[in-house]
Amino acid sequence: MKGNAGTGEDGPWGTRSVMLTGVGGHGTILAANLLARVLMGHGYDVKTSEVHGMAQRGGSVISMVRFGESVASPLIPRGEAEAVLATELLEALRTLDYLRAGGRMIVSGARVDPLTVLQGASVYPQGAAELLLRLSPDNVVVDAPGIAAEAGDARAANTVLLGILSVTLPVGCEEWVATMEEVVPPRALEANRNAFLAGREIASG
Amino acid sequence: MTDRMLMTGNEAVALGAYHAGVVFASAYPGTPSTEILEEFARLEGVYAEWAPNEKVALEAAVGACLGGVRSLVAMKHVGLNVAADPWFTLPYIGVSGGILIVDADDPGMHSSQNEQDNRYYAKAAKVPMLEPSDSQEAYDLTREAYRLSELFDTPVMLRMTTRVCHSRSIVGPREPERVEPVPYVKDEVKRVMIPGHARLRHPVMVERLGLLEEESNEFPYQRAERLPGDAVVITSGIAYQYVREAFPGVSVLKLTMTNPLPRRLIREFCGGFKDIYVVEELEPYLEEAVAAMGFFPVGKEKVPRVGELNVDLVRSAFRELAGAEGARDEPPAEREDLPELPARPPILCAGCPHRGIMYTLARLKAIISGDIGCYTLSVLPPLSAHDCQVCMGASITMAHGLEKALELTGAAAGEDGAAKNRVVAVIGDSTFFHSGVTGLMEMAYNDGRFTVVILDNRTTAMTGFQHHPGTGFTLQERETGTVDIEMLARSLGIESVRVVDPYNLEECRRVLTEEMNRDAPSVVISRRPCVLRIRGEWGTPYTVSPEECTDCGVCLGLGCPALVEREGNVVILPDACTGCGICAQVCPAEAIVK
Repeated sequence: MKGNAGTGEDGPWGTRSVMLTGVGGHGTILAANLLARVLMGHGYDVKTSEVHGMAQRGGSVISMVRFGESVASPLIPRGEAEAVLATELLEALRTLDYLRAGGRMIVSGARVDPLTVLQGASVYPQGAAELLLRLSPDNVVVDAPGIAAEAGDARAANTVLLGILSVTLPVGCEEWVATMEEVVPPRALEANRNAFLAGREIASG
Repeated sequence: MTDRMLMTGNEAVALGAYHAGVVFASAYPGTPSTEILEEFARLEGVYAEWAPNEKVALEAAVGACLGGVRSLVAMKHVGLNVAADPWFTLPYIGVSGGILIVDADDPGMHSSQNEQDNRYYAKAAKVPMLEPSDSQEAYDLTREAYRLSELFDTPVMLRMTTRVCHSRSIVGPREPERVEPVPYVKDEVKRVMIPGHARLRHPVMVERLGLLEEESNEFPYQRAERLPGDAVVITSGIAYQYVREAFPGVSVLKLTMTNPLPRRLIREFCGGFKDIYVVEELEPYLEEAVAAMGFFPVGKEKVPRVGELNVDLVRSAFRELAGAEGARDEPPAEREDLPELPARPPILCAGCPHRGIMYTLARLKAIISGDIGCYTLSVLPPLSAHDCQVCMGASITMAHGLEKALELTGAAAGEDGAAKNRVVAVIGDSTFFHSGVTGLMEMAYNDGRFTVVILDNRTTAMTGFQHHPGTGFTLQERETGTVDIEMLARSLGIESVRVVDPYNLEECRRVLTEEMNRDAPSVVISRRPCVLRIRGEWGTPYTVSPEECTDCGVCLGLGCPALVEREGNVVILPDACTGCGICAQVCPAEAIVK
């Protein structure tokens, strides 16, 4: 398979696209929902897409978030995502086709082996993190679960990635925190807020 | 009601139904439709239930409708096959309170065994059909459906697809309707379909279809978007969104009521265009209708007839329409060779109670007639523990025919022992209640001599843990009676009914061997709750003792995601292991210990 360099354009009507990917149980869908709610609160038209069902059994999970003045397709065309947030390295590589030229990969360096790899029937791609970093100087690979654990809960890894993404979106930090208060359950709020701020600090630092 | 909300199509249907005054809803879970009932059930003052199957759900809703209230039924596309019997006769009797059947097709088969296009069901049964393309339309059309249902005395179908069900978009709800129940009246000529009555009702349906076509011509949600140029695209449902994005400069006729089709509208709007294109998912439903009107549309010769569409596919089908604004040239340029990426298919979870029993059946070289549920995943290597599977409930009935055929052809005395003795049906508890019971009756009544294994994990796991008649609770969490599978099987005349613990491989092997060799029908219930439902009760993780491990790889044959091969050694991931212990039971070196 080949990576690509999209056309560097947004969709019609200035539609912008962010993709989130991971493995079942990583909270990808929740993170996409938080992002979408923030963008809607900011006044954008928003559409998201995801597939339920079999994903619960350890399969790949992809959520797509699109926003702009008026969004048509809930699916991101290939080569149009301005950012991909991935909680797992292999899943990050799988989405490269969707990234546009100049788009950013924001990736948690975690590795979750698929069954075929666990059993020695196929090989986990070596040097995935290095490859991602080589593709673009804007790409980021971080220890998101580690940072999230320091912030209070390793399960908030996705929120670290959202924090890194947030500096390239025209939405203020207060709006993020206010939406988190609406969307995130109270017991997880503190950890998520801290994880978000830690991500934002990485991006600005 | 001014708050705009970000909702899935399924949530929007539930809210739309609520705001339309629906008080009765019934369904059997099925991706991608499941969340409609789950959402609806949480709303105040409504009755919502999981029915044992879709036929039951629809019939219950018909009863509620005759009782004078607005009712809702939701099902996945293959569910309508199960409900097809009432589906085709309900339009004869018509409605009292309005009734809406939500049908969720699954183009691309994200979670289904086929990708049938259920628009033909609406046409075949003369039922008006509405197709939303986003959540706002899902909300609006759900409400509109009840107006149509009562105005035209007909059931209505809302035809969704996975991408509409499971994508989120913004919904602006409107004031809820206040609906008075319709008083019950007896009207047997209209509601008792003996042939003499049905013959009176069928012409009424035909006449109604004509009136509905007039409605379809004027239906405000049909959208004719005229732009300069010689080309028009006719489309419906989610495909409209792809067309709008791929061809922003082209005229579009977006059809929302797609049965009956608005032929006058189509003729008037499309008559002025030189080139007519049709973009629709799956079958050429619209295309054939437009062609029958004397037009020459271009559709399925360019647009894939299989799988889900998207903007890229639509754009590359009709590159000539993309224009400057929407044009994307060739698929994005290639940048760097990536290594081959291993796939990540869904698998049985670590600690899944299905693993032990499927492993045992595979070791016993059973011919496994399987069914629809998580356990179907055991078809994949390394378990490879399924021989055939078609639809809900078919495990038992197919096994019955298979065993008879093997007996008739003499394969019973085949070289590797009695082949007919190797036939086993495997079915989950929820699927058994759905449509396995009649199969069990078939086996008992017609002298089937195979073994039915019922995988009783106390929930409907695949679709996200819904209650069923064996769990003791209803959809709205009311306590209720529990079907006793052992007593049910015995009451059918099956004498040998046994229960095994799928975490005990020796017991599974012994009981299955005895039952498979029994020259009589038998039922083995493999009973353990779904491991995801009892997270708090997981056992101590096992570990591999490196001194004892001979690296023979037998444990890897279980396909457990907690067992990992790392640099030539097998290790157990402590966070993933649930302590079920079946790997310790298969290890010949006794190297797996607590």
